[in-house]
Amino acid sequence: MSDEHVYLSLAEGHEDDARWAYGTGFEDPLHGVDTTVPEGVDTGQLAAECVALADDALVSAQRLAEWTTRAPELEEEVALANIGLDLLGQARLLYSRVGQVDGTGRGEDAYAYFRDADDFRNVRLAELPGGDFAFSIVRLLVLSSWRLAHFERLADHPDPVLAAIAAKGVKELTYHRQYAAEWAVRLGDGTEESHRRMRRALEQVAPYFGELFTACDVRDEVAAVLRQVTEAAGLPMPVYRPLPGAGRSGEHTEHLAPLLTELQSVARALPEATW
Amino acid sequence: MVTTARGRTTTPTPAAQAFDARRARRVAEQVPDPELPMLTLADLGVLRDVRMTEDGTVVASLTPTYSGCPAMAEMRADVAARLRAAGFERVEIRTVLSPPWTTDWITDSGRRKLTEHGIAPPGAAPRGPVALVLSPTRRTVPCPRCGSADTEETSRFAATSCKALWRCRACREPFEYVKEI
Ligand SMILES: [Zn+2]
Repeated sequence: MSDEHVYLSLAEGHEDDARWAYGTGFEDPLHGVDTTVPEGVDTGQLAAECVALADDALVSAQRLAEWTTRAPELEEEVALANIGLDLLGQARLLYSRVGQVDGTGRGEDAYAYFRDADDFRNVRLAELPGGDFAFSIVRLLVLSSWRLAHFERLADHPDPVLAAIAAKGVKELTYHRQYAAEWAVRLGDGTEESHRRMRRALEQVAPYFGELFTACDVRDEVAAVLRQVTEAAGLPMPVYRPLPGAGRSGEHTEHLAPLLTELQSVARALPEATW
Repeated sequence: MVTTARGRTTTPTPAAQAFDARRARRVAEQVPDPELPMLTLADLGVLRDVRMTEDGTVVASLTPTYSGCPAMAEMRADVAARLRAAGFERVEIRTVLSPPWTTDWITDSGRRKLTEHGIAPPGAAPRGPVALVLSPTRRTVPCPRCGSADTEETSRFAATSCKALWRCRACREPFEYVKEI
């Protein structure tokens, strides 16, 4: 193998190992992690919690990836793709944990690719169509602040695997929130047009706030971030007018099914394929 | 158990076992990182442990940098392949998630190598919850080429999650910066 240049070594023939990121042999991102569930932890509850958090991340990652080739600037495209990749990584770890604790022994792909919209437990805010850049930024600001506050608490979870996934995620989500907040201020405090779009985006996300706080009440943390950002941006605080339905119970908007159709199309067309 | 040159199987002495364990560690430590190939996995601090069990299995423990790090599978495969190539037949790779990796795990020699390759090494990683700061923060990342402190961030995210893009106003060169996490 060529030590001098990593790309040359990638191009060399290898028979025995996973040369590519999602290659053969090491699909399980929790490979070799101690999978024991501590006594006293309700496995059904733990699995449900991990599925919901994984679904939020997977669906968000898919929406963020839609900006690839469409973002206003290359830097933003790279940023949004990187944020999506972090979330995808969190989803993979969480799905793998689900397969260990729900008694089925299924791998991450079973959850990501072979469940229908009714079985997904993500919050609806994550599945709404991308809209404009302002909408994506506002949604990212809300979801990253919420997930960050939630993960900070989960870092003390009695399940050591979920606790470790959360502790790792906290560091990533801090960057996501910072990125979204800086853009929110820049756009809110920018031109008349960008300000108008930010106002509209805040109104669009507000009806979906309620279901964020059903499992873990971190509304004070999220409200504090929104207050800080809207004040700095000269934007009004969004007014929460709840819509019926709840993604956490599998009641989704009409937008989730088409998102999943695209996300799952290759895996379903070639269910036996190895990559 | 080891197979000697003559094909006889013998039980290794404790000294031989310790020697093998050290050798396995050195092999694993030298595996380059796929995304920052000037660094070894030891420099990067993702190789948490290499040990040898009583039956002669080498157990190497790795920790991911970022949850979504696409190089993780390759790192695991590389370590296993290198150990096997070095004659260790039984190799087991474990993933360690806790404590989470931070840039503080990058060794001093790793930081030196980054600078030599034109990449600014990270500062101290934040500890505990990080508050949202909206006022422009003046943090200095010295240019890895000319050492000037007159630099600015151009993008928080770069080709990989672990890096940001900066530019030097003195020598006008853009450079990458491993951001602290
Ligand atoms: Zn310079």
